[in-house]
Amino acid sequence: MSSSFLPLSEEMFQARSVSVDLNNDASLLIDIPDALCERDKVKFTVHTKTTLGTFQKPEFSVSRQHEDFIWLHDTLVETEEYAGLIIPPAPPKPDFESPREKMHKLGEGEASMTKEEYAKMKQELEAEYLAVFKKTVQVHEIFLQRLSSHPVFSKDRNFQIFLEYDQDLSVRRKNAKEMFGGFFKNMVKTADEVLISGTKEVDEFFDQEKTFLLDYFSKIKDATSKAEKMTRSHKNVADDYIHVSATLNSLSAEDSTPLKHLEKLADLFEKLRKVEGRVASDQELKLTELLRYYMRDIQAAKDLLYRRARALADYENANKALDKARLKSKDVAQAQQHQQQCLQKFDTLSESGKKELTSFKGRRVLAFRKNLIEMAELEIKHAKSNMALLQGCVELLKSN
Amino acid sequence: MTGRGAADSLLPAPSFAPSVIQWRSKMAAERDTPPLGSAAAGLADFREPEDGEDLFVSTASTLESSPSSPEPASLQVEDVSANSNGPKTAEILIDDDQDDLFAEATEEVSLDSPEREPILSDGPSPAITPVTPTALISNRIEPKVIGVPSMFERSLDEVEEEAGGDLFDINISVSDPEKVGDGMNAYMAYKVTTKTSLTIFNQSEFSVKRRFSDFLGLHSKLASKYMHIGYIVPPAPEKSIVGMTKVKVGKEDLSSTEFVEKRRSALERYLMRTVKHPTLIQDPDVIQFLESSELPRAVSTQALSGAGILRMVNKAADAVNKMTIKMNESDAWFEEKQQQFENLDQQLRKLHASVEALVCHRKELSVNTASFARSAAMLGNSEDHTALSRALSQLAEVEEKIDQLHQEQAYADFYLFSELLGDYVRLITAVKGVFDQRMKTWSKWQDAQVMLQKKREAEAKLHLANKPDKLQQAKDEIKEWEGKVQQGERDFEQISKTIRKEVGRFEKERVKDFKVVIIKYLESLVHTQQQLIKYWEAFLPEAKAIA
Repeated sequence: MSSSFLPLSEEMFQARSVSVDLNNDASLLIDIPDALCERDKVKFTVHTKTTLGTFQKPEFSVSRQHEDFIWLHDTLVETEEYAGLIIPPAPPKPDFESPREKMHKLGEGEASMTKEEYAKMKQELEAEYLAVFKKTVQVHEIFLQRLSSHPVFSKDRNFQIFLEYDQDLSVRRKNAKEMFGGFFKNMVKTADEVLISGTKEVDEFFDQEKTFLLDYFSKIKDATSKAEKMTRSHKNVADDYIHVSATLNSLSAEDSTPLKHLEKLADLFEKLRKVEGRVASDQELKLTELLRYYMRDIQAAKDLLYRRARALADYENANKALDKARLKSKDVAQAQQHQQQCLQKFDTLSESGKKELTSFKGRRVLAFRKNLIEMAELEIKHAKSNMALLQGCVELLKSN
Repeated sequence: MTGRGAADSLLPAPSFAPSVIQWRSKMAAERDTPPLGSAAAGLADFREPEDGEDLFVSTASTLESSPSSPEPASLQVEDVSANSNGPKTAEILIDDDQDDLFAEATEEVSLDSPEREPILSDGPSPAITPVTPTALISNRIEPKVIGVPSMFERSLDEVEEEAGGDLFDINISVSDPEKVGDGMNAYMAYKVTTKTSLTIFNQSEFSVKRRFSDFLGLHSKLASKYMHIGYIVPPAPEKSIVGMTKVKVGKEDLSSTEFVEKRRSALERYLMRTVKHPTLIQDPDVIQFLESSELPRAVSTQALSGAGILRMVNKAADAVNKMTIKMNESDAWFEEKQQQFENLDQQLRKLHASVEALVCHRKELSVNTASFARSAAMLGNSEDHTALSRALSQLAEVEEKIDQLHQEQAYADFYLFSELLGDYVRLITAVKGVFDQRMKTWSKWQDAQVMLQKKREAEAKLHLANKPDKLQQAKDEIKEWEGKVQQGERDFEQISKTIRKEVGRFEKERVKDFKVVIIKYLESLVHTQQQLIKYWEAFLPEAKAIA
């Protein structure tokens, strides 16, 4: 497969990666400078700076909840005009389940630990909580930034409302129809999957894309979950170092014999676990998050294919209807018009779809490249720190 | 004329006296025709040099009680001259057994003072086993254990320097586990190889085949002979019904291979600790265990045998006694030390548990990394962009190598760190046991005093009642109990002295042992990091090549 791609526009051509700054177009700059966590609810402060006349003010902030982002995403999906575009994937729900569970367990095990140990574990957990928090802010931010840097989406009316409307959006959200619409959407999706795998694809480009995307999606989904497990194990090892360090400390404090090196060892393990913790979190950010994000993005690309497949089905049905009309010599003009509309829709979809998918590949390749390089560099850096710490301690022990 | 031969004084000495050689051949002759008969008597004959008991008694009383007493000049000059006794200045025999993790770790032993106390047991000890001098040299069988990576071996030069010339010239390796027999009667036979220049042994290098129950038998004998007089006898590795059953049944899977390796390693450490003890290495049972080709099966070590049940009963009785004996501790040192060991016990157990958790998690990490590697390979195959596809495949390869690394590190976590802690948890139990024995000895002494008092009172009564015939008997009994009280006091003082020395030796050993093993463990961690750097540095250009 060739690695060249046609940019849809300058803005889209920019190096798109999970962690690269998408906020390059000065005409519309969005960021989430802070967020509040209240029990289960996270409240994001969405800050916009713009030179566009379509907005009332040049700079403003609103408070949004996760559900508001979902509403925005869903409206984009349901907009007909966007059928030929890859809709940026909706950010996942903030999930504090893991650190919360760990915090609970820690509370239960408090009695069996020293005060110091408990404090360290708590510190570790707070850091984890913070990491989850940062991640969710980032992923919500990226969603908005992908919209703002897209020539079509940035002009979307609902997007503007989302950014500007200074009241609570919940009224709009709780529309019963929309809730039902969501359910209907899911049902249709499964039908689409059957559709997409069944239809004969005449266009070679789309045929290849279809095969590729379907296969790739399942592989990347698997890779994501395996990477998650791996990262979690890494964190467990780092946590164990805390316990080892703490016990070594108690040992060296109580031991009257000249086992000075126990103290040094305790210190070493404390330093090591910080490095190991960084290894785990860097791996998570550069590898697991990367895979996770592109898994969702590929789903969005698949959705584009579904929509195109549906448009094709509509066109084929319109063709059949036209033939029937011609046979019956009834409502031919109407049928013909409908058929033309379907064809046009399908062609537009195909054309923009092609562009989107090509640039998507470019985006993906660049993102992987950036993150894999960064991960390798970080791994080397951390391994070198570890080695320096360890060798220092070995020297110290040997010289005694 | 030397009393005990080369092994007694383990200080480096320039040369052997000819008398040593004479004595040695006499000992060898004696050993070939061991006395059969009552255990205690047999032992006495076996071990008694020309000079007899006197040597030991006077020796005992002149030894200082401080744990780090140097070679006492006050020792019997008639039989010992420090200069004539030692082994040749040590040549460390490099053990090139690839499976032996602890080859280097066990070279050093510091000897504070040679032991000259009697090794005669007061209590019952198992019968001397007959020795049939048939040579048994088995061909070295290819080890069937997991290849524990050779990254844990390091040069002996550093070890020698550390020890500063204070070396105990014996090295033992346990290797070549071999399954003998079938079904539930099957067992593993281990090759025990001794390399030494100590002259208490017949050769400088020799091997025998032993099974697990033989080791337990040895420990049982040593414990019954030495623990009640205050010696810290290293505990034998634990039995495992589950582990052994798997091996017997013939499960050739990873867990039974690991079990065998774990046991082999534990047996080796056990033997090395035992022979490092200056008193125990001279024990005939130890020598026989290492040297003689046949040992009768130690059936009394089976859990459900008569002896096994007796052991359990005794243990229970001891526990009850411990609760009821309230000793007036006059010596603050003992109280302090006991508390220290109690604390140390708790801390070590906790640390052991943490390290075991670490081993577990590291193994998990290895498994999960392997799983991710496979997944990344699949992803790479699916990727249609050529350069990215290649990079993903490379990533998969790197992760696969890393999973191996994690697995090796888990082995190091376990065999170096975790097992060390486990050994010391068990050792401390033995130390605590020795303190309990002192209490028992004290209690026996007190009981004797009480009895003496009773007998005196009885005699006084008889005096008043004027019964001359019974009076003589009473007087005899008083004499008997006076003797027992004296003996009790002597025993108590002796065991206290021994314990002080033993504890001192134990603490010194512990520091050295930990240091050596910890350094080795840290070096394994260093190695892992080095490899990680290597792998990621190789991967980096691949990632950069994505275009």
